[in-house]
Amino acid sequence: MRSEFPILSRRVHGGKPLVYLDNAATTQKPSVVIDAISEFYRHHNANVHRAGHVLGAEVTSMFEDARRVVAESIGATAEEIIFTRGTTESLNLLASTLSARFTGGNARRNVVITEMEHHANIVPWQMLRERTGAELRVIPVLDDGSLDMARAEELIDESTGVVSVVHVSNTLGTTNEVARLAELARRVGAVSIVDAAQSVSSAEVDVAAIGCDALVFSGHKVYGPMGIGVAFIRRELLDTLPPYQGGGSMITSVSFEKTTYAEGPLRFEAGTPNIEGAIGLGTALAWRNALDMRAVVAHKQDLTDRLVGGLQRRDGVNVHGRHQGHSGIVSFSLGGVHPQDLGLLLDAHGVAVRTGHHCTMPLTQRYSSNGSIRVSAAVYSSVDEVEMFFSALDRACAVLR
Amino acid sequence: MISTASGTILEVADQIGQSLASLPDWEERFGAIMETGKLLAPFPEEHRRDDLLIKGCQSRVWLHAQMVDGRIHFDADSDALIVKGLVALVIRIMQDRTPQEILEAPKDIPERLGLAQHLSQNRSSGLTSMLKQIRLYAVALSLRTSS
Repeated sequence: MRSEFPILSRRVHGGKPLVYLDNAATTQKPSVVIDAISEFYRHHNANVHRAGHVLGAEVTSMFEDARRVVAESIGATAEEIIFTRGTTESLNLLASTLSARFTGGNARRNVVITEMEHHANIVPWQMLRERTGAELRVIPVLDDGSLDMARAEELIDESTGVVSVVHVSNTLGTTNEVARLAELARRVGAVSIVDAAQSVSSAEVDVAAIGCDALVFSGHKVYGPMGIGVAFIRRELLDTLPPYQGGGSMITSVSFEKTTYAEGPLRFEAGTPNIEGAIGLGTALAWRNALDMRAVVAHKQDLTDRLVGGLQRRDGVNVHGRHQGHSGIVSFSLGGVHPQDLGLLLDAHGVAVRTGHHCTMPLTQRYSSNGSIRVSAAVYSSVDEVEMFFSALDRACAVLR
Repeated sequence: MISTASGTILEVADQIGQSLASLPDWEERFGAIMETGKLLAPFPEEHRRDDLLIKGCQSRVWLHAQMVDGRIHFDADSDALIVKGLVALVIRIMQDRTPQEILEAPKDIPERLGLAQHLSQNRSSGLTSMLKQIRLYAVALSLRTSS
Protein backbone atom coordinates (compact mmCIF):
# COMPACT_ATOMS: atom_id res chain seq x y z
CA MET A 1 0.00 0.00 0.00
CA ARG A 2 2.83 2.45 0.81
CA SER A 3 3.85 2.62 -2.84
CA GLU A 4 0.44 4.11 -3.61
CA PHE A 5 1.44 7.19 -1.60
CA PRO A 6 4.27 8.96 -3.47
CA ILE A 7 5.16 11.29 -0.58
CA LEU A 8 5.97 8.40 1.76
CA SER A 9 9.19 7.69 -0.12
CA ARG A 10 10.49 11.22 0.49
CA ARG A 11 13.70 11.80 2.33
CA VAL A 12 14.18 14.85 4.53
CA HIS A 13 17.01 16.67 6.34
CA GLY A 14 19.76 15.36 4.10
CA GLY A 15 18.61 11.84 3.36
CA LYS A 16 16.64 10.66 6.39
CA PRO A 17 13.52 8.68 5.50
CA LEU A 18 10.34 10.62 6.29
CA VAL A 19 8.47 9.05 9.21
CA TYR A 20 5.08 10.72 8.96
CA LEU A 21 3.17 10.30 12.20
CA ASP A 22 1.01 13.42 12.07
CA ASN A 23 -1.95 11.80 10.35
CA ALA A 24 -4.51 13.28 12.73
CA ALA A 25 -3.55 16.68 11.31
CA THR A 26 -3.86 15.51 7.73
CA THR A 27 -3.43 12.21 5.91
CA GLN A 28 -1.31 11.79 2.79
CA LYS A 29 -2.99 11.21 -0.58
CA PRO A 30 -2.78 8.10 -2.76
CA SER A 31 -1.86 8.46 -6.45
CA VAL A 32 -5.45 7.75 -7.51
CA VAL A 33 -6.59 10.92 -5.73
CA ILE A 34 -3.74 13.05 -7.09
CA ASP A 35 -4.41 11.70 -10.58
CA ALA A 36 -8.16 12.33 -10.32
CA ILE A 37 -7.54 16.02 -9.57
CA SER A 38 -5.00 16.33 -12.36
CA GLU A 39 -7.31 14.49 -14.77
CA PHE A 40 -10.16 16.85 -13.86
CA TYR A 41 -8.19 19.91 -14.93
CA ARG A 42 -6.57 18.26 -17.95
CA HIS A 43 -9.74 16.87 -19.51
CA HIS A 44 -12.96 18.05 -17.91
CA ASN A 45 -12.76 21.45 -16.25
CA ALA A 46 -16.12 23.28 -16.43
CA ASN A 47 -18.68 24.60 -13.97
CA VAL A 48 -21.37 22.33 -12.53
CA HIS A 49 -25.16 22.44 -12.76
CA ARG A 50 -25.29 25.17 -15.41
CA ALA A 51 -23.41 24.70 -18.64
CA GLY A 52 -25.31 23.09 -21.52
CA HIS A 53 -22.11 21.87 -23.14
CA VAL A 54 -20.36 18.52 -23.02
CA LEU A 55 -17.78 19.47 -20.39
CA GLY A 56 -20.41 20.90 -18.08
CA ALA A 57 -22.48 17.75 -18.37
CA GLU A 58 -19.46 15.53 -17.67
CA VAL A 59 -18.38 17.54 -14.66
CA THR A 60 -21.89 17.72 -13.21
CA SER A 61 -22.17 13.96 -13.47
CA MET A 62 -18.70 13.46 -11.88
CA PHE A 63 -19.61 15.88 -9.08
CA GLU A 64 -22.92 14.17 -8.36
CA ASP A 65 -21.27 10.73 -8.58
CA ALA A 66 -18.86 11.91 -5.89
CA ARG A 67 -21.82 12.91 -3.73
CA ARG A 68 -23.26 9.40 -4.17
CA VAL A 69 -19.94 7.78 -3.19
CA VAL A 70 -19.78 9.95 -0.07
CA ALA A 71 -23.36 9.03 0.80
CA GLU A 72 -22.77 5.30 0.30
CA SER A 73 -19.60 5.46 2.39
CA ILE A 74 -21.53 6.54 5.48
CA GLY A 75 -24.89 4.87 4.88
CA ALA A 76 -26.71 8.03 3.80
CA THR A 77 -28.48 9.09 0.61
CA ALA A 78 -27.02 11.64 -1.82
CA GLU A 79 -29.81 14.13 -1.00
CA GLU A 80 -28.45 14.31 2.54
CA ILE A 81 -24.84 15.18 1.61
CA ILE A 82 -23.75 18.83 1.55
CA PHE A 83 -20.27 19.65 0.30
CA THR A 84 -18.48 22.21 2.48
CA ARG A 85 -14.91 23.41 2.94
CA GLY A 86 -14.36 20.97 5.78
CA THR A 87 -15.44 19.92 9.27
CA THR A 88 -15.13 23.47 10.54
CA GLU A 89 -17.44 24.93 7.90
CA SER A 90 -19.88 22.04 8.36
CA LEU A 91 -20.14 22.79 12.08
CA ASN A 92 -20.51 26.52 11.43
CA LEU A 93 -23.26 25.76 8.90
CA LEU A 94 -25.12 23.69 11.50
CA ALA A 95 -24.64 26.20 14.33
CA SER A 96 -25.85 28.97 12.06
CA THR A 97 -28.89 27.23 10.55
CA LEU A 98 -29.97 25.74 13.90
CA SER A 99 -29.99 29.16 15.60
CA ALA A 100 -33.75 29.55 15.26
CA ARG A 101 -34.27 26.65 17.68
CA PHE A 102 -32.91 28.81 20.46
CA THR A 103 -35.17 31.82 19.97
CA GLY A 104 -38.92 32.46 20.03
CA GLY A 105 -41.80 30.66 21.75
CA ASN A 106 -40.67 27.05 22.13
CA ALA A 107 -36.99 27.94 22.33
CA ARG A 108 -34.53 25.30 23.50
CA ARG A 109 -32.11 26.71 25.99
CA ASN A 110 -28.82 24.80 25.80
CA VAL A 111 -26.25 23.09 23.59
CA VAL A 112 -24.39 20.07 24.97
CA ILE A 113 -20.81 19.39 23.86
CA THR A 114 -17.93 17.56 25.56
CA GLU A 115 -14.68 18.58 27.21
CA MET A 116 -12.74 16.81 24.44
CA GLU A 117 -14.09 18.85 21.53
CA HIS A 118 -11.88 20.45 18.90
CA HIS A 119 -12.13 24.24 18.89
CA ALA A 120 -14.24 23.83 15.70
CA ASN A 121 -16.96 22.22 17.83
CA ILE A 122 -16.69 24.78 20.63
CA VAL A 123 -16.39 28.22 19.07
CA PRO A 124 -19.40 28.06 16.65
CA TRP A 125 -21.61 27.19 19.65
CA GLN A 126 -20.13 30.03 21.68
CA MET A 127 -21.02 32.31 18.77
CA LEU A 128 -24.55 30.85 18.83
CA ARG A 129 -24.61 31.57 22.56
CA GLU A 130 -23.75 35.21 21.82
CA ARG A 131 -26.56 35.42 19.23
CA THR A 132 -29.27 33.64 21.20
CA GLY A 133 -28.28 33.49 24.87
CA ALA A 134 -28.26 29.68 24.80
CA GLU A 135 -26.27 27.96 27.53
CA LEU A 136 -23.25 25.78 26.63
CA ARG A 137 -23.10 22.57 28.67
CA VAL A 138 -19.94 20.49 28.70
CA ILE A 139 -19.84 16.74 29.37
CA PRO A 140 -16.65 16.20 31.41
CA VAL A 141 -13.85 13.78 30.55
CA LEU A 142 -12.79 11.23 33.17
CA ASP A 143 -9.10 10.75 34.02
CA ASP A 144 -8.95 7.63 31.82
CA GLY A 145 -9.83 9.78 28.79
CA SER A 146 -13.42 8.57 28.44
CA LEU A 147 -16.58 10.66 28.72
CA ASP A 148 -18.52 10.86 31.97
CA MET A 149 -21.65 9.22 30.53
CA ALA A 150 -23.56 9.46 33.82
CA ARG A 151 -23.08 13.21 33.72
CA ALA A 152 -24.09 13.23 30.03
CA GLU A 153 -27.46 11.74 30.99
CA GLU A 154 -28.00 14.57 33.48
CA LEU A 155 -26.86 17.34 31.15
CA ILE A 156 -29.01 16.33 28.17
CA ASP A 157 -32.52 17.31 29.20
CA GLU A 158 -35.83 18.65 27.85
CA SER A 159 -34.33 22.11 27.34
CA THR A 160 -31.45 20.82 25.18
CA GLY A 161 -31.58 21.88 21.53
CA VAL A 162 -28.38 20.34 20.19
CA VAL A 163 -25.98 17.60 21.30
CA SER A 164 -22.74 17.91 19.31
CA VAL A 165 -19.99 15.42 20.12
CA VAL A 166 -16.74 14.18 18.66
CA HIS A 167 -16.65 10.56 17.48
CA VAL A 168 -12.89 9.96 17.93
CA SER A 169 -10.92 12.54 19.93
CA ASN A 170 -8.13 14.11 17.87
CA THR A 171 -6.11 14.49 21.08
CA LEU A 172 -6.74 11.38 23.19
CA GLY A 173 -7.80 8.93 20.49
CA THR A 174 -10.85 7.98 22.57
CA THR A 175 -13.84 6.60 20.64
CA ASN A 176 -16.99 7.97 22.20
CA GLU A 177 -20.37 6.26 22.56
CA VAL A 178 -21.95 8.44 19.90
CA ALA A 179 -24.89 6.09 19.29
CA ARG A 180 -25.79 6.30 22.98
CA LEU A 181 -25.44 10.11 22.96
CA ALA A 182 -27.58 10.36 19.81
CA GLU A 183 -30.20 8.23 21.58
CA LEU A 184 -30.14 10.56 24.62
CA ALA A 185 -30.61 13.52 22.25
CA ARG A 186 -33.47 11.84 20.38
CA ARG A 187 -35.32 11.12 23.63
CA VAL A 188 -35.54 14.83 24.42
CA GLY A 189 -36.10 15.99 20.84
CA ALA A 190 -32.64 17.54 20.45
CA VAL A 191 -30.62 17.50 17.24
CA SER A 192 -27.59 15.18 17.45
CA ILE A 193 -24.40 16.03 15.59
CA VAL A 194 -21.30 13.84 15.32
CA ASP A 195 -17.86 15.23 14.45
CA ALA A 196 -16.39 12.28 12.55
CA ALA A 197 -13.24 14.06 11.33
CA GLN A 198 -10.94 11.46 12.91
CA SER A 199 -13.07 8.34 12.48
CA VAL A 200 -14.05 8.12 8.81
CA SER A 201 -10.47 7.29 7.74
CA SER A 202 -10.28 3.95 9.48
CA ALA A 203 -13.61 2.84 10.90
CA GLU A 204 -17.01 1.94 9.64
CA VAL A 205 -19.03 5.10 10.12
CA ASP A 206 -22.69 4.49 9.46
CA VAL A 207 -25.16 7.27 10.18
CA ALA A 208 -28.04 4.80 10.48
CA ALA A 209 -26.17 2.70 13.02
CA ILE A 210 -25.20 5.79 15.00
CA GLY A 211 -28.69 7.24 14.67
CA CYS A 212 -27.44 10.83 14.52
CA ASP A 213 -29.20 13.73 12.75
CA ALA A 214 -25.99 15.18 11.32
CA LEU A 215 -22.40 14.01 10.84
CA VAL A 216 -19.48 16.06 9.59
CA PHE A 217 -15.95 15.35 8.37
CA SER A 218 -13.10 16.70 6.23
CA GLY A 219 -11.77 15.30 2.99
CA HIS A 220 -8.12 15.89 3.81
CA LYS A 221 -8.19 13.58 6.84
CA VAL A 222 -9.57 10.67 4.79
CA TYR A 223 -6.85 10.59 2.08
CA GLY A 224 -8.71 13.22 0.05
CA PRO A 225 -7.87 16.79 -0.95
CA MET A 226 -7.72 19.91 1.21
CA GLY A 227 -10.60 22.39 1.30
CA ILE A 228 -13.45 19.92 0.83
CA GLY A 229 -15.64 18.48 3.55
CA VAL A 230 -19.04 17.03 4.21
CA ALA A 231 -22.10 17.79 6.26
CA PHE A 232 -24.51 14.87 6.31
CA ILE A 233 -27.88 16.16 7.49
CA ARG A 234 -30.81 13.76 7.77
CA ARG A 235 -33.34 14.70 5.09
CA GLU A 236 -36.20 15.45 7.50
CA LEU A 237 -33.96 17.90 9.35
CA LEU A 238 -32.30 19.32 6.24
CA ASP A 239 -35.68 20.28 4.76
CA THR A 240 -36.49 22.39 7.82
CA LEU A 241 -33.26 24.40 7.86
CA PRO A 242 -32.96 27.90 6.40
CA PRO A 243 -30.20 28.62 3.87
CA TYR A 244 -26.68 29.24 5.18
CA GLN A 245 -25.05 31.50 2.59
CA GLY A 246 -26.81 33.19 -0.31
CA GLY A 247 -25.64 33.20 -3.90
CA GLY A 248 -25.70 31.23 -7.10
CA SER A 249 -26.64 27.53 -7.25
CA MET A 250 -28.73 27.66 -4.07
CA ILE A 251 -31.80 29.21 -5.71
CA THR A 252 -34.52 28.16 -8.16
CA SER A 253 -35.48 31.71 -9.15
CA VAL A 254 -34.31 35.18 -8.23
CA SER A 255 -36.07 38.48 -8.74
CA PHE A 256 -35.49 41.67 -6.79
CA GLU A 257 -38.81 41.10 -5.02
CA LYS A 258 -38.53 37.44 -4.14
CA THR A 259 -36.07 34.58 -4.36
CA THR A 260 -37.01 30.94 -4.02
CA TYR A 261 -34.41 28.57 -2.68
CA ALA A 262 -33.35 25.26 -4.12
CA GLU A 263 -34.40 22.03 -2.42
CA GLY A 264 -32.03 19.56 -0.84
CA PRO A 265 -28.29 19.96 -0.41
CA LEU A 266 -27.93 22.57 -3.16
CA ARG A 267 -29.68 25.07 -0.89
CA PHE A 268 -26.51 25.00 1.24
CA GLU A 269 -24.00 25.12 -1.61
CA ALA A 270 -24.00 28.76 -2.68
CA GLY A 271 -21.48 29.69 -5.35
CA THR A 272 -19.22 27.52 -7.46
CA PRO A 273 -18.27 24.58 -5.26
CA ASN A 274 -14.82 23.02 -4.83
CA ILE A 275 -15.48 20.68 -7.76
CA GLU A 276 -12.08 19.03 -8.02
CA GLY A 277 -12.12 18.67 -4.24
CA ALA A 278 -15.44 16.82 -4.32
CA ILE A 279 -14.24 14.56 -7.13
CA GLY A 280 -10.98 13.94 -5.27
CA LEU A 281 -12.90 13.14 -2.08
CA GLY A 282 -15.17 10.72 -3.96
CA THR A 283 -12.07 9.01 -5.32
CA ALA A 284 -10.48 8.89 -1.86
CA LEU A 285 -13.56 7.34 -0.27
CA ALA A 286 -13.89 4.82 -3.10
CA TRP A 287 -10.24 3.92 -2.41
CA ARG A 288 -10.98 3.62 1.30
CA ASN A 289 -14.14 1.57 0.68
CA ALA A 290 -12.10 -0.96 -1.32
CA LEU A 291 -9.88 -1.66 1.71
CA ASP A 292 -10.53 -4.68 3.87
CA MET A 293 -11.81 -2.73 6.87
CA ARG A 294 -11.23 -5.65 9.25
CA ALA A 295 -7.57 -5.74 8.24
CA VAL A 296 -7.35 -1.96 8.58
CA VAL A 297 -8.74 -2.08 12.10
CA ALA A 298 -6.39 -4.94 13.06
CA HIS A 299 -3.37 -3.10 11.64
CA LYS A 300 -4.21 0.17 13.37
CA GLN A 301 -4.91 -1.67 16.62
CA ASP A 302 -1.44 -3.23 16.37
CA LEU A 303 0.23 0.16 15.70
CA THR A 304 -1.71 1.83 18.50
CA ASP A 305 -0.83 -0.96 20.96
CA ARG A 306 2.86 -0.69 20.03
CA LEU A 307 2.79 3.09 20.49
CA VAL A 308 0.99 3.00 23.83
CA GLY A 309 3.00 0.01 25.10
CA GLY A 310 6.36 1.45 24.05
CA LEU A 311 5.59 4.81 25.62
CA GLN A 312 4.39 3.27 28.88
CA ARG A 313 7.62 1.26 29.17
CA ARG A 314 9.71 4.44 29.11
CA ASP A 315 10.55 6.34 32.28
CA GLY A 316 8.75 9.57 32.94
CA VAL A 317 6.28 9.22 30.08
CA ASN A 318 2.68 10.06 30.86
CA VAL A 319 0.29 8.70 28.22
CA HIS A 320 -2.85 10.84 28.21
CA GLY A 321 -5.95 8.70 28.52
CA ARG A 322 -6.37 4.93 28.34
CA HIS A 323 -8.86 4.41 25.52
CA GLN A 324 -6.92 4.85 22.28
CA GLY A 325 -8.54 1.73 20.78
CA HIS A 326 -7.45 1.40 17.15
CA SER A 327 -7.51 5.16 16.51
CA GLY A 328 -3.75 5.33 15.99
CA ILE A 329 -3.80 8.57 18.03
CA VAL A 330 -1.65 8.71 21.17
CA SER A 331 -0.80 11.86 23.13
CA PHE A 332 1.78 12.00 25.89
CA SER A 333 3.93 14.29 27.96
CA LEU A 334 7.41 13.67 29.28
CA GLY A 335 8.42 14.86 32.75
CA GLY A 336 10.80 17.82 32.59
CA VAL A 337 10.78 17.96 28.79
CA HIS A 338 9.04 20.71 26.84
CA PRO A 339 6.96 19.22 23.98
CA GLN A 340 8.37 21.77 21.55
CA ASP A 341 11.97 20.65 22.24
CA LEU A 342 11.01 17.04 21.68
CA GLY A 343 9.10 17.89 18.50
CA LEU A 344 12.07 19.76 17.02
CA LEU A 345 14.51 16.96 17.88
CA LEU A 346 12.19 14.29 16.45
CA ASP A 347 11.91 16.38 13.30
CA ALA A 348 15.71 16.49 13.09
CA HIS A 349 15.47 12.69 12.73
CA GLY A 350 12.81 12.96 10.05
CA VAL A 351 9.98 12.02 12.42
CA ALA A 352 6.92 14.27 11.98
CA VAL A 353 4.62 14.54 15.01
CA ARG A 354 2.45 17.32 16.41
CA THR A 355 3.26 19.27 19.57
CA GLY A 356 1.21 21.85 21.43
CA HIS A 357 -2.47 22.03 22.22
CA HIS A 358 -3.93 20.30 19.13
CA CYS A 359 -6.78 22.82 18.91
CA THR A 360 -8.22 21.32 22.10
CA MET A 361 -6.80 23.72 24.68
CA PRO A 362 -9.33 23.00 27.46
CA LEU A 363 -8.55 19.28 27.23
CA THR A 364 -4.78 19.42 26.71
CA GLN A 365 -4.24 21.77 29.65
CA ARG A 366 -5.98 19.32 31.91
CA TYR A 367 -3.26 16.74 31.26
CA SER A 368 -0.19 18.94 30.77
CA SER A 369 0.05 22.71 31.07
CA ASN A 370 2.53 23.28 28.26
CA GLY A 371 0.83 20.98 25.77
CA SER A 372 1.55 17.46 24.66
CA ILE A 373 3.22 15.44 21.94
CA ARG A 374 0.78 13.64 19.66
CA VAL A 375 1.74 10.67 17.52
CA SER A 376 -0.87 9.60 14.98
CA ALA A 377 -0.66 6.62 12.64
CA ALA A 378 -2.69 6.02 9.47
CA VAL A 379 -3.57 2.87 7.52
CA TYR A 380 -0.28 3.13 5.60
CA SER A 381 1.89 3.62 8.70
CA SER A 382 4.27 0.75 9.38
CA VAL A 383 5.70 -1.09 12.36
CA ASP A 384 9.13 0.06 11.10
CA GLU A 385 8.01 3.67 11.43
CA VAL A 386 6.87 3.07 15.00
CA GLU A 387 10.34 1.60 15.73
CA MET A 388 12.03 4.61 14.10
CA PHE A 389 9.87 6.92 16.19
CA PHE A 390 10.98 5.17 19.38
CA SER A 391 14.65 5.21 18.45
CA ALA A 392 14.42 8.96 17.65
CA LEU A 393 12.52 9.48 20.92
CA ASP A 394 15.24 7.74 22.93
CA ARG A 395 17.98 9.78 21.29
CA ALA A 396 16.04 13.01 21.85
CA CYS A 397 15.48 12.13 25.51
CA ALA A 398 19.19 11.42 25.97
CA VAL A 399 19.91 14.95 24.73
CA LEU A 400 17.11 16.66 26.68
CA ARG A 401 17.26 14.98 30.09
CA MET B 1 30.80 25.10 19.96
CA ILE B 2 29.11 28.13 18.47
CA SER B 3 31.29 31.15 17.69
CA THR B 4 31.61 33.71 20.49
CA ALA B 5 33.55 36.21 18.34
CA SER B 6 32.58 39.86 18.56
CA GLY B 7 31.98 42.45 15.85
CA THR B 8 29.07 44.15 14.15
CA ILE B 9 25.58 42.63 14.18
CA LEU B 10 26.22 41.33 10.69
CA GLU B 11 29.63 39.87 11.55
CA VAL B 12 28.41 38.10 14.68
CA ALA B 13 25.37 36.68 12.88
CA ASP B 14 27.49 35.40 10.00
CA GLN B 15 30.04 33.84 12.36
CA ILE B 16 27.30 32.04 14.28
CA GLY B 17 25.76 30.98 10.97
CA GLN B 18 29.07 29.53 9.81
CA SER B 19 29.63 27.59 13.02
CA LEU B 20 26.10 26.14 12.81
CA ALA B 21 26.58 25.24 9.15
CA SER B 22 29.81 23.41 9.97
CA LEU B 23 27.91 20.93 12.17
CA PRO B 24 26.93 17.68 10.45
CA ASP B 25 23.19 17.52 11.13
CA TRP B 26 20.25 19.07 12.92
CA GLU B 27 20.63 16.99 16.03
CA GLU B 28 24.13 18.47 16.50
CA ARG B 29 22.88 21.95 15.66
CA PHE B 30 20.06 21.76 18.18
CA GLY B 31 22.58 20.40 20.71
CA ALA B 32 24.89 23.38 20.15
CA ILE B 33 21.94 25.78 20.32
CA MET B 34 20.87 24.29 23.65
CA GLU B 35 24.44 24.61 24.99
CA THR B 36 24.32 28.32 24.13
CA GLY B 37 21.09 28.60 26.08
CA LYS B 38 22.78 27.17 29.16
CA LEU B 39 25.35 30.00 29.02
CA LEU B 40 22.64 32.66 29.13
CA ALA B 41 22.88 34.95 32.18
CA PRO B 42 20.36 33.98 34.87
CA PHE B 43 17.05 35.73 34.25
CA PRO B 44 16.15 38.28 36.94
CA GLU B 45 13.07 36.83 38.64
CA GLU B 46 11.37 40.23 38.91
CA HIS B 47 11.15 40.26 35.10
CA ARG B 48 9.33 36.92 34.85
CA ARG B 49 6.07 38.69 34.10
CA ASP B 50 3.39 37.86 31.53
CA ASP B 51 3.69 41.29 29.91
CA LEU B 52 7.30 40.44 29.01
CA LEU B 53 6.32 37.23 27.18
CA ILE B 54 6.89 37.27 23.42
CA LYS B 55 3.70 36.60 21.48
CA GLY B 56 3.74 33.99 18.75
CA CYS B 57 5.86 31.31 20.45
CA GLN B 58 4.61 27.83 21.33
CA SER B 59 6.85 27.90 24.39
CA ARG B 60 7.06 30.79 26.82
CA VAL B 61 9.84 33.29 26.09
CA TRP B 62 10.47 36.25 28.38
CA LEU B 63 12.47 39.16 26.98
CA HIS B 64 13.40 42.22 29.03
CA ALA B 65 15.23 45.22 27.63
CA GLN B 66 16.74 48.25 29.35
CA MET B 67 18.90 51.14 28.24
CA VAL B 68 22.36 51.18 29.85
CA ASP B 69 24.66 54.04 28.79
CA GLY B 70 22.91 54.47 25.45
CA ARG B 71 22.95 50.76 24.63
CA ILE B 72 20.20 48.18 25.01
CA HIS B 73 20.83 45.35 27.42
CA PHE B 74 18.63 42.27 27.10
CA ASP B 75 17.72 39.53 29.55
CA ALA B 76 15.78 36.50 28.35
CA ASP B 77 14.57 33.07 29.38
CA SER B 78 12.34 30.28 28.06
CA ASP B 79 10.75 27.14 29.45
CA ALA B 80 11.89 25.20 26.35
CA LEU B 81 15.59 24.42 25.88
CA ILE B 82 15.93 24.90 22.12
CA VAL B 83 14.01 28.14 22.18
CA LYS B 84 16.11 29.32 25.12
CA GLY B 85 19.16 28.59 22.99
CA LEU B 86 17.67 30.52 20.08
CA VAL B 87 16.96 33.57 22.19
CA ALA B 88 20.52 33.29 23.58
CA LEU B 89 21.91 33.37 20.03
CA VAL B 90 19.76 36.37 19.18
CA ILE B 91 20.95 38.16 22.31
CA ARG B 92 24.57 37.33 21.52
CA ILE B 93 24.05 39.18 18.23
CA MET B 94 22.05 42.10 19.60
CA GLN B 95 23.44 42.60 23.11
CA ASP B 96 24.57 46.10 24.17
CA ARG B 97 24.00 47.72 20.79
CA THR B 98 22.57 51.19 20.25
CA PRO B 99 18.92 51.36 19.14
CA GLN B 100 20.17 52.71 15.82
CA GLU B 101 22.45 49.71 15.24
CA ILE B 102 19.53 47.35 15.92
CA LEU B 103 17.12 49.26 13.68
CA GLU B 104 19.64 49.39 10.85
CA ALA B 105 20.50 45.69 11.14
CA PRO B 106 19.58 43.51 8.17
CA LYS B 107 16.20 41.75 8.33
CA ASP B 108 17.60 38.44 7.10
CA ILE B 109 19.20 37.28 10.34
CA PRO B 110 17.32 33.93 10.36
CA GLU B 111 18.72 33.27 6.85
CA ARG B 112 22.24 34.30 7.92
CA LEU B 113 22.03 31.92 10.87
CA GLY B 114 20.96 29.16 8.50
CA LEU B 115 17.82 28.70 10.60
CA ALA B 116 15.25 30.29 8.31
CA GLN B 117 14.20 27.16 6.51
CA HIS B 118 13.76 25.01 9.58
CA LEU B 119 12.64 27.43 12.20
CA SER B 120 11.47 30.91 11.47
CA GLN B 121 8.73 29.82 9.05
CA ASN B 122 7.48 27.65 11.85
CA ARG B 123 5.57 30.13 13.94
CA SER B 124 6.02 27.97 17.01
CA SER B 125 9.77 28.45 17.28
CA GLY B 126 9.36 32.19 17.42
CA LEU B 127 12.74 33.27 16.02
CA THR B 128 10.99 35.87 13.87
CA SER B 129 8.89 37.01 16.83
CA MET B 130 12.03 37.45 18.97
CA LEU B 131 13.73 39.61 16.35
CA LYS B 132 10.56 41.64 15.85
CA GLN B 133 10.25 42.20 19.60
CA ILE B 134 13.89 43.35 19.78
CA ARG B 135 13.25 45.90 17.03
CA LEU B 136 10.12 47.09 18.88
CA TYR B 137 12.19 47.56 22.05
CA ALA B 138 14.78 49.50 20.03
CA VAL B 139 12.09 51.83 18.69
CA ALA B 140 10.48 52.31 22.10
CA LEU B 141 13.74 52.87 23.97
CA SER B 142 15.11 55.27 21.35
CA LEU B 143 11.91 57.33 21.54
CA ARG B 144 12.12 57.39 25.31
CA THR B 145 15.74 58.64 25.23
CA SER B 146 15.13 61.27 22.61
CA SER B 147 12.05 62.76 24.32
